Amino acid sequence: MGLLDFLKRIEPDKKEKPFLHTAYDAFFTFAYSPDSTTKGGVHIRDGMDLKRTMVHVVLAMQLCYLFGTYNIGHQHFDAMGMYPGFLEGFHLKLSHGLIKMLPIFIWTHVVGLGIEFWFAYKKGHAVEEGFLVSGALIPLIMPPDIPIWILCVAVAFAVIIGKEAFGGTGMNIWNVALLARVFVFFAYPTTISGDNVWVSGFADATGAISMNPGSLTDYSWWHTGLFNGLFDWMGLDQFTSGAVVDGYSGATPLALAYQGGWEGVTSKFSASQLWWGAIPGSIGETSKPLILLGAAFLLFTKIASWRIMLSMLIGAISMSMLLNLWGATPFMDVPWYYQFYLGSFFFAMAFMATDPVTAASTNKGKWIYGFLIGFIGMIVRVLNPAYPEGWMLAILFLNTFAALIDHFVLETNMKKRLANA
Amino acid sequence: MLVNTLFVIAGILLVLAIISITDSFLQIEAKKSGIDTAKENFSLFPKLGEFFGPPVPENIDKSKYHVLTKGHDIKLTGEASGNVVSVQSSRYSVKPTNYRGIAPIPKMLVAEGEEVLAGDALFYDKLNPDIKFVSPVSGEVVEIGRGAKRAIENIVILADKEIKHRKFDAPKIGEASREDVKAFMMESGVWTSISRRPFDTIAKPEETPRDIFISTFNSAPLALDQNKVVSGHESYFQKGIDVLASLTDGKVYLGVESSNLKNSTAFTSAQNAEVHYFKGKHPAGNVGIQIHHIKPIKSADVVWTLKVQDVITIGKLFSEGVYDSSKLVALTGSELDNPRIVRVSSGASVAELLKSETLNADKRIIAGSVLGGNQLSPDSFIDAKTDQLTVIKEGNYHEMFGWLLPIKPRPSVSKTFPNFLFPSHKFEVDTNTHGEKRAFVMTGQYESMLPMDIYPQHLMKAIMAGDFERMEGLGINELSEEDLALCEFACTSKMPLQQILRDGLDMMQEQS
Repeated sequence: MGLLDFLKRIEPDKKEKPFLHTAYDAFFTFAYSPDSTTKGGVHIRDGMDLKRTMVHVVLAMQLCYLFGTYNIGHQHFDAMGMYPGFLEGFHLKLSHGLIKMLPIFIWTHVVGLGIEFWFAYKKGHAVEEGFLVSGALIPLIMPPDIPIWILCVAVAFAVIIGKEAFGGTGMNIWNVALLARVFVFFAYPTTISGDNVWVSGFADATGAISMNPGSLTDYSWWHTGLFNGLFDWMGLDQFTSGAVVDGYSGATPLALAYQGGWEGVTSKFSASQLWWGAIPGSIGETSKPLILLGAAFLLFTKIASWRIMLSMLIGAISMSMLLNLWGATPFMDVPWYYQFYLGSFFFAMAFMATDPVTAASTNKGKWIYGFLIGFIGMIVRVLNPAYPEGWMLAILFLNTFAALIDHFVLETNMKKRLANA
Repeated sequence: MLVNTLFVIAGILLVLAIISITDSFLQIEAKKSGIDTAKENFSLFPKLGEFFGPPVPENIDKSKYHVLTKGHDIKLTGEASGNVVSVQSSRYSVKPTNYRGIAPIPKMLVAEGEEVLAGDALFYDKLNPDIKFVSPVSGEVVEIGRGAKRAIENIVILADKEIKHRKFDAPKIGEASREDVKAFMMESGVWTSISRRPFDTIAKPEETPRDIFISTFNSAPLALDQNKVVSGHESYFQKGIDVLASLTDGKVYLGVESSNLKNSTAFTSAQNAEVHYFKGKHPAGNVGIQIHHIKPIKSADVVWTLKVQDVITIGKLFSEGVYDSSKLVALTGSELDNPRIVRVSSGASVAELLKSETLNADKRIIAGSVLGGNQLSPDSFIDAKTDQLTVIKEGNYHEMFGWLLPIKPRPSVSKTFPNFLFPSHKFEVDTNTHGEKRAFVMTGQYESMLPMDIYPQHLMKAIMAGDFERMEGLGINELSEEDLALCEFACTSKMPLQQILRDGLDMMQEQS
């Protein structure tokens, strides 16, 4: 109990140093569960609390983190035509991935948690756990080359306007992580969309991020100084500057599908490559099996709602079948089962749509909510000419209407009771 | 590719069709041979019902058999066992504040130093002067404790060695008018054991209940086995039901546990009552849940609920003309050296009941189960409703990474704990909250703990917002604290649901 005594001794005074006390309290309750006992009502409480709930969601994402980080490196070398095998040049791919991933992860948390701490101090309540999950989700849905300042502005927007303005964890209307993404999407469309942002580490002659053939590698001191020194000492391959090979395009499978249907996709990627996720895209959303493993974990622990996941799947399948029947564009003709090989459907289903705060809260409402996300998201993906992906917009759209869906479910329940009278 | 897929699907359909036709032939053949296909399943496929446990027992009407799939049984150490021992306490007490919904300062009918018999009126509620609150034992009134604003806190009686009962002349059921029976029950003190829903308060004399409901089992953790309560008092129980049946134009309903083979015949073959069977986990034994499944409370309805012990007390009063407040109390919990069941009169001193046990500030005494009931100090007394005392450890300790890597096993409904691998493990619990209070975050959690067509989370929000129409529409009138206790236990956000519900019920009561 030495550590506990030490921690108790250094507790800052709540009145004199309120901000410090808020921060202290957050770390203390992280290290030690509180000694509070039940008063009135039940005398024993379930071992589950919000911290434990949230950390299990974060755990479910860890495989996506591992794969996503490595895939950043893999795509980078793939663009130069080097180390074509997935595991070739392992150390280079991993270290490049880390160089890209860690700043995104750290800055997301510095900005997001900083704001959370500040608001907790201002409002005088404990720091709540909501950002544990949002902060883990945001890096996974960002393109690897996102400029850090854009990321910081987006996170700040999402946490302040999307969450704290509504009262903090549990009160927000829209999914915080998706708000950060949608902010980037609408505020910086030229920097962050198109084919050039999904593969990291290249810049054109002016220094702007670019994926066009001939763009040169944009290595930092971390590559050439730290890691090259390390690899030199270990006798491994080092980072050498290179250029994007001729004929390479950073286009995502969805962009290819939009232009040329399933044939367009398979001209560049094989189906198994799409499924396993060695493709360009947002950091954590490419590997479907690993996402599904995370989803299975969430379903088993009953943290995520199976109703939302299942109905979203049904919604997406039915819409893509309808689009198959229509078949007016090549994208519509992509067989419905291959739609799930593309884009971030599973990631959105497992981690985004199931956010309990912003989803519909009644069990019947969850069926409607999930189905409409799947249905509308597929429409947006296939028919939107500007940006061939729909889950972000569909989920935010249904977040807005979740309360309305619940309202009608509750009205039915109330009517039944009052009509019986 | 597509053509191949279609061929495969067609092939599967063909095989299925052949199996299905064969299956039909089998059943036709069975019918021809004179075998009852409705009872015996001759199909190749199991019927859907066969997946969900044993079917309804044959002698039970299907409409009176309720399978509840929601809920959770909390298994704890410290179950009361052994034979029932009669014990006596030297001092007994009646606490007016234990009765919900009466005026804060009741009118006293006795003074300190007066001798009373068991069944003599001690005080009455100024709002309902007819309802008398009577002495559980005979003896001398030694103390009338007054609290803030001279409200009466408790009335302490020094009991006689041999309890002397006041003799009542009970009206004959079937001959006396309903009003006479009611008046007698109010005069003799048994009226106070009748609860009314909505609001779960003492029944009002001017009301005639739509129906009367009695749950004959208690599914709460370590609860007293009601079969032991009725054992030896079967005829009083039946008499009590007869009395109650004369007070309603509707029916008396008994909720009986379906899976218990040792159910007393006093429950299963009770006359003048309709028996309903319930299968399921806690809170299936709560009378509120049973009402919801038998005949829900609609907006203008009033129903009455009683406990098995109360029915026996009423039955004894009408059979023998005495008010006998003795009852079984289960002394349970992991902190007792010797968990047991005792027979004692209502109002007995806690310290005397637990005098063979070592008690200290690290142990919490609860009047009731761990899911509800008041916290008692050792120098307090058990009230008329209490049939269980639970003693568990206080949980005022810090646990390193307790939220992430809990060291000690603890009960939980969550599958993030390995508890589901050990379904019969009995937990030793303490009162630690295992986390801090938060806003509502998780959804669907309460619904899976409450086998009712009610949205508890939305009801809670309606109460917090003071929205009366929603509160009523979402079913507040069907609920009492005990029904939401399991939801409160399971709540990830550590919300005080029972407190919120009582606030809502108080608000509703003021409105009506």
